[in-house]
Amino acid sequence: MGWTRKVLRVDLTSGSCKSEPLNMELAQQYLGQRGLATKYFVDEVDAKVDPLSPANKMIMATGPLTGTMASTGGRYSVITKGPLTGAIACSNSGGFFGAELKMAGWDMIIFEGKAAKPVYLWIENDRAELRDAAHLWGKTTWDTEEIIKKSHQDPQIRVSSIGRAGESQVLYACIINDLHRAAGRSGVGAVMGSKNLKAVAVRGTGGVAVKDFKTFLQAATEAKKALADNAVTGQAMPAFGTQVMMNAINEIGALPTRNFRDVQFESANKIGAEAMREKRPTDGKANLVTNAACFGCTIACGRISQVDKGHWSVANSPKYWGATGGLEYESAWSLGADNGVADLDAITVANMVCNEDGMDPISFGATVAAVMELFTLGVLSKEQIGVEAPFGSAQALIELAHKTAEGQGFGREIGQGSKRLCEKYGHPELSMTVKGQEFPAYDPRGIQGMGLTYATSNRGACHLRSYTVSSEVFGNPVKTDPLVTEGKADLVKAFQDVTAVFDSAGICIFTSFAWGLPDIQPQLDAACEGGWTVEKLAEMGERIWNMERQFNNAAGFTAKDDDLPKRLKTEPAKTGPAKGLVSGIDKMRPEYYKVRGWDAEGVPTKETLARLGL
Amino acid sequence: MQKSLHIDPNKCTGCLQCEMACSYENYGVFNISRSRIKVFNFEEAGRKVPYTCTQCAEAWCLHACPVEAIKIDAATGAKVVHEATCVGCKVCTIACPFGTVNYVAETGKVQKCDLCGGDPACATACPTGAISYIDADWTGLDKMRQWAAKTDTQPRAS
Repeated sequence: MGWTRKVLRVDLTSGSCKSEPLNMELAQQYLGQRGLATKYFVDEVDAKVDPLSPANKMIMATGPLTGTMASTGGRYSVITKGPLTGAIACSNSGGFFGAELKMAGWDMIIFEGKAAKPVYLWIENDRAELRDAAHLWGKTTWDTEEIIKKSHQDPQIRVSSIGRAGESQVLYACIINDLHRAAGRSGVGAVMGSKNLKAVAVRGTGGVAVKDFKTFLQAATEAKKALADNAVTGQAMPAFGTQVMMNAINEIGALPTRNFRDVQFESANKIGAEAMREKRPTDGKANLVTNAACFGCTIACGRISQVDKGHWSVANSPKYWGATGGLEYESAWSLGADNGVADLDAITVANMVCNEDGMDPISFGATVAAVMELFTLGVLSKEQIGVEAPFGSAQALIELAHKTAEGQGFGREIGQGSKRLCEKYGHPELSMTVKGQEFPAYDPRGIQGMGLTYATSNRGACHLRSYTVSSEVFGNPVKTDPLVTEGKADLVKAFQDVTAVFDSAGICIFTSFAWGLPDIQPQLDAACEGGWTVEKLAEMGERIWNMERQFNNAAGFTAKDDDLPKRLKTEPAKTGPAKGLVSGIDKMRPEYYKVRGWDAEGVPTKETLARLGL
Repeated sequence: MQKSLHIDPNKCTGCLQCEMACSYENYGVFNISRSRIKVFNFEEAGRKVPYTCTQCAEAWCLHACPVEAIKIDAATGAKVVHEATCVGCKVCTIACPFGTVNYVAETGKVQKCDLCGGDPACATACPTGAISYIDADWTGLDKMRQWAAKTDTQPRAS
C-alpha cells in the first residue's frame, strides 16, 4: 500500500479514459511521483519530441505519502518535456489537489495526444471522463475553479487548471491548483494548453491506506516533532515564510539585482518578510494577513496577503482586493529585486496576476529584468515595449504582467522567456538562464555551489534540484563556505540525489531543513511494501538523477549546456562579502562529472549505469 | 470533570491533520471525506475555521431521533450515535441547527463527533493548538486571561 496501484491513462485524441495497474516492479525502483512518473515518461516518449506537439505526454503523479498523515504529504508533480527548455520538466505542487487525486484512487494520470477542442477531465473516484470546456476556455484559473465547483454543485471538488497563459502557450506557463499553488516551472502549463486540456477536477472519497498504520503513525508523529523542534521549520517558516531569506541573502551579497548587474538590493528591506508584516501608512493594514498550510503540512510557510485597495495597481480592480496567495521569497525577488522594484503591493499584485493566469513568476520576472536592461541600453524603446521600462518601474512590471498573461502586444514576446527574447534583440548574453530556464534568487558569485546547481540542473536553472544554500548559508547539515568552489561538486551531487527521493515520496522539499533520509525512511517503509532502507533510497535518488540526465542527453543536450551566462563568469560581484568574485563553474564542472561517474562530456559511463541498474 | 473541544480559528493553518486523524480514528483509513470535523477556508478573508459538534446540553439531534439511536455518553457528555439502532432516517440531520450530524451513504447511518470516548484524535493531531480538549466549564479562560493582561494596573511597591 502507500500506492493505490492504479494509473489513469487519458487519450485526449480519442477521448478515452482507461484504468491500468501500476507497474509495481518499477515502483520498487522509482518509488512514485517524480521518479516513477519520469521512468514511465522516458520509456514512452521519444526524447526528441516537440514539447508542444501531440506526441509529447504529460503525467500528473502523486507519491506514496500523498494523502497520508505524514507532514506535508499532499504533493503531486507534473512530468513532461518542457517547452521552455527542451529538457525533462518536473514541477511539484502542494495545495490540496494531489491528496484529492490520491483519495480518488489514482497514483497518476498519463495524458496523451491532443483534444480536438477544449476539454476538462472530471474524476469522481474510479469514474473519469472528458467534458467539454468551451465555457472555460479564456477564463482565469480562479474563475475556472469557481465555475467547475458551481456547475457540479460540489464545493469540495479540487481543481488543477491552466489560465490564459497556458492557453496561449506562454513558454513558462504553469499549472495552478487551489488558486495559488503551482506546478510552476519549465512551462508544464503550456504543454497542457497545447493539448487543449483546460483543467482536471477531482473528487475522491475512497481514502488512502498505508501498509502498517500503527508503525506509520508512530514514525509520522516523531518526524512531525522534528519539524516542530527545528528553528527553520518550527519557527522561521511559519512566521516569515521563505521570505525569511530576503535580508539574509542580501547581507551575504547573493541577492541578484537588476538582471544580475548587482548582488545586493538597496531596498531589500522594503520587499522582505519584515516589510510584509508592517502596517502600511495608507490603510493601516499589513500586507501579510496570515500564514497557511498545504494539505497535511505542519510547517505552514504559505503566505496569505492582501494589498491596499487604494493602491494604483488595483484601484479599479476589485477582484484583487481580497486576501489570496502572497509573496514567497522567489517571487518577491524575481518581481522585485531582479527588476529593481521596491513597491511591495505592486509586486504582490504582479504575483497575483501570475497565479490568476498561470505563469511562473520566476521566469516572468526574470524576463522582465532582461527587458528592462535592454531598455536601459537603448536596444528596446518605449514604442516597442508599450511602456517606459527602466529598472525600478513598478508601472512597467504591472502592465507587462497583464499583457503577458493575456497574450497582448509586447507581452507575447515576454511570454517566450528571456533566452529567446534576448537572442531576438541581439543580446543573448543578457539572458540569465541555463538550458533556457531563468535563474532563481541566489547569485552564483556569492554562493558558489548554486552556480553548479544551476548549470547541472536537469530541468534548467533551478534552486529546487540541489538547495546547497542550506549548507553554504545556514549550515545544514554541515556549514560550507559559500565563497569557495572546493567540495561543491560532492555537495551538489549529495543534495541532488537526496532531493530526488523527497520529490518521489509525496512530501515537500522544505521538510529537508529538518529531515534527512533517516527521517523519511521509517515513514516510507511503514507505508510501502518493499523493505525501504536508507541505502535503497539513496541509490534510488542517484538512479533518478542519471535517468533524467540520460533523457536530456538523448534530447541533444551536451556538456556545453552545463554552463552559466558570461556575466557570471566575467563580471565580478561589485559589493558585499563576494566582492571581486566570479563564478567558478568551469572549475567545478569537471570535478562534478568525475564525482557523478560521467565522462568528460557529461555522459554517464557504462559502469555508472550498470551500478544503478539503468 | 467534563471536558469539551475548544477551537481557536486564529491558530488554524488549514492543514487538515484533524480531518485525517478523525477519519483514521473512526474508519481506520486516511479519508477527509469521512471526517466529522471540517475545516472551512474563507479565502478572501484569509480565515480557516475548524467546525464540529458542540455537544449541545439539550441536543436537538437526540430529541429528534425517533428510535433513540443517539445517546449521552455519561463519561464525556458526548451525544453518541449508536449505529446498530440508527435507521438512517436523517431526521437528526434536519434537527441539528449547525449541520454537524451528517448521513453516510456507504453505511446507511448518520455520523457525528463522539469525542473519541474522551481522547479526541483531532485535538491530538492539531499541530498549532487550534483544537484543544479542555475543562468544559472554563472554555473562556484563555480569552479572559488575554483581556486580563490588557488591564492597566501597574505593579506597585507596597
